[in-house]
Amino acid sequence: MATRLQFENNCEVGVFSKLTNAYCLVAIGGSENFYSAFESELADVIPIVKTSLGGTRIIGRLCAGNKNGLLVPHTTTDQELQHLRNSLPDSVVVQRIEERLSALGNCIACNDHVALAHTDLDKETEEIIADVLGVEVFRQTIAGNILVGSNCALSNRGGIVHPHTSVEDLDELSTLLQVPLVAGTVNRGSEVIGAGMTVNDWTAFCGSDTTATELSVIDSIFKLREAQPSSIVDEMRKSLIDTYV
Amino acid sequence: MSALMDQDSSGMFKVQQTIGSVVCCKCGVPMPPNAANMCVNCLRSEFDITEGLQKSIQIFYCPECGCYLQPPKTWIKAQWESRDLLSFCIKRLKNLNKVRLKNAEFVWTEPHSKRIKVKLTVQAEVLNGAVLEQSYPVEYTVRDNLCESCSRFQANPDQWVASVQLRQHVSHRRSFFYLEQLILRHDAASRAVRIKQVHQGIDFFFGNKSHADSFVDFLSKVVPIEYRQDKQLVSHDVKSSLYNYKYTYSVKICPICREDLICLPSKVSSSLGNLGPLVVCTKVSDRITLLDPRTLRCAFLDARQYWRSGFQSALTSRQLVKYSVFYVEPPVGEATVGGQKYALSYVLIARESDIGKMLTVQTHLGHILKTGDQALGYDIYGANVNDDEMDEYRLHGRLPEAILIKKCYDKERERKKGKPRAFTTKKLPMEMDESRGGRGVDPGKMENEYEEFLRDLEENPELRFNISLYKNKDYQESDETASMTDGEGAPTVPIEELLAELELSEEGEGDGEDDMDE
Repeated sequence: MATRLQFENNCEVGVFSKLTNAYCLVAIGGSENFYSAFESELADVIPIVKTSLGGTRIIGRLCAGNKNGLLVPHTTTDQELQHLRNSLPDSVVVQRIEERLSALGNCIACNDHVALAHTDLDKETEEIIADVLGVEVFRQTIAGNILVGSNCALSNRGGIVHPHTSVEDLDELSTLLQVPLVAGTVNRGSEVIGAGMTVNDWTAFCGSDTTATELSVIDSIFKLREAQPSSIVDEMRKSLIDTYV
Repeated sequence: MSALMDQDSSGMFKVQQTIGSVVCCKCGVPMPPNAANMCVNCLRSEFDITEGLQKSIQIFYCPECGCYLQPPKTWIKAQWESRDLLSFCIKRLKNLNKVRLKNAEFVWTEPHSKRIKVKLTVQAEVLNGAVLEQSYPVEYTVRDNLCESCSRFQANPDQWVASVQLRQHVSHRRSFFYLEQLILRHDAASRAVRIKQVHQGIDFFFGNKSHADSFVDFLSKVVPIEYRQDKQLVSHDVKSSLYNYKYTYSVKICPICREDLICLPSKVSSSLGNLGPLVVCTKVSDRITLLDPRTLRCAFLDARQYWRSGFQSALTSRQLVKYSVFYVEPPVGEATVGGQKYALSYVLIARESDIGKMLTVQTHLGHILKTGDQALGYDIYGANVNDDEMDEYRLHGRLPEAILIKKCYDKERERKKGKPRAFTTKKLPMEMDESRGGRGVDPGKMENEYEEFLRDLEENPELRFNISLYKNKDYQESDETASMTDGEGAPTVPIEELLAELELSEEGEGDGEDDMDE
């Protein structure tokens, strides 16, 4: 079920959080609202870890991960690395990689089976990704944009890509990723999907600017409605009866 | 797959890209992606690019002359729903430079509703690069307001600023007929507000001093004139020191006309190289041409020279009498003066009214007179002229008894009597001066004079040079040729010289003009 929230009055939720099937990372904010929004959804299911990466709060764009592992850039401090290793479940491998392109969240888009990588990524990095995350790596562009991580949001059940993606590209990506894809927007027409929302197999979080139409698209492509028990019915009504100008 | 992959000029495979469709983020309708990712309607409902633009405005219209006011003072003439009106309306709108104007057109409104509606299509950029196009109507309220010139005209329709009072102190109006044709040909009085015919002259009224100036200039080029200019104060604006005047030009045309007989004062005669005291005026343009019939010498006097002495004619064309020519001796001398050939010879003539008395006189018309002709001339012997000098000459016997001026074509004209002429002339729109009562112009006399003027035109090709004659639609050529079989006919205007009138009819333009070759 898709939830709308804000991080310190900013709607780019995907910048300040990272959601996978096994864990969730959130940035440290002034107030606890961001964290408690995640907690209310995910508290009993997966661990929610408050962290920073390299002293910054833009953790969603700096790291890339799935249920098998987490890749952090070389700017991560040892304390942060240790904190992550301590907080995350043992099945998750946390690996710091030396890569020129350090914003791994922008360069890598992945789910539990397949990953799309920035075309200029190092060969070793690609191998590490395949190894740590346990995925098949494809170098791709989305709508002519090389920052695949920012331009798409991917889960095991579906994905949303940049709205300007052509039909042929969409088909190609869909066959590569083996999931249904749709070209859409988030946060009231923003094209940077990866930064605007974060998603896993049963839930998604978007910025509060997201319109009801976008929310319904997200719900349908990621198949979030069937993912929850029957309480979803009441929840769904809440999101559909919406006031917007 | 091969259909999707094309090879382009550089040899690389290029996949054909089809634009996909996304859902509008607000309303959910599928649409091709754009910079805002919102469908046009949602964008329009969100952003109004016509905000801050003028939607209604007042414009002023003068119903008399059909002009619209562009403040502060310019009046622009424009037709209802014309391009000029459209550009004027758009110019009146403020703030229109903030958006880009794509299209403008009129929406139909009832003309008497005093409203003009213009639909404008504008483009502006909204929200990170998306360009939105929107059309909106602008309503113009038309208010009637007479422009200054119309209001001045309404207040006093006879308003003129400059007038030219043209006078010639002679007893006939021949010069004015000729001048009228000249003016028509050169369009000199086209800007005159009023033209009024008065005793011994014509008054022209103009709305502008410069128009009157140029008219007087034109006159000085075609007839010898003397003029003075006076002005009269109409109003005076003390604060800005503006003075409004009415200007009047008093123009006098030289009283010497063609075919006049003049006895030159001795001073003038000696200044012109002892030109014989009796001279005939042969041509009046901007100079007077004086011909001495005894020596075939010519002299030219322009306006200034004439008015230095200001002599009057002794005998005018009213006093011409008919003579019969009995015998013409072979010419003694020949001369070509001013384009005209003259031949000096002795002729035996007698006055029609007094056939018994035969005279032998010298004449300059030796080239055209033949035995049996009739001629018109001045009877100096029997004339009563109020001129001391002439009496002196007569006393000393230095004056001839008669001077022939021109050949008379009355006999030939008898044949053509009642038949219409081959040409017609146009007239200036003149008002008659009704105020003078008995001294006003007599219509019968006017007709006779005009008839004589037309005969003059027929006889003298050089007179026709500067004026336009038009083909007479009622004239049939066949009549003329039938009667031409016997002998010489009266002089007529050759048909090549006539212009066809420009007829603006429903079918389009009439005949063009024939060229005059003179």
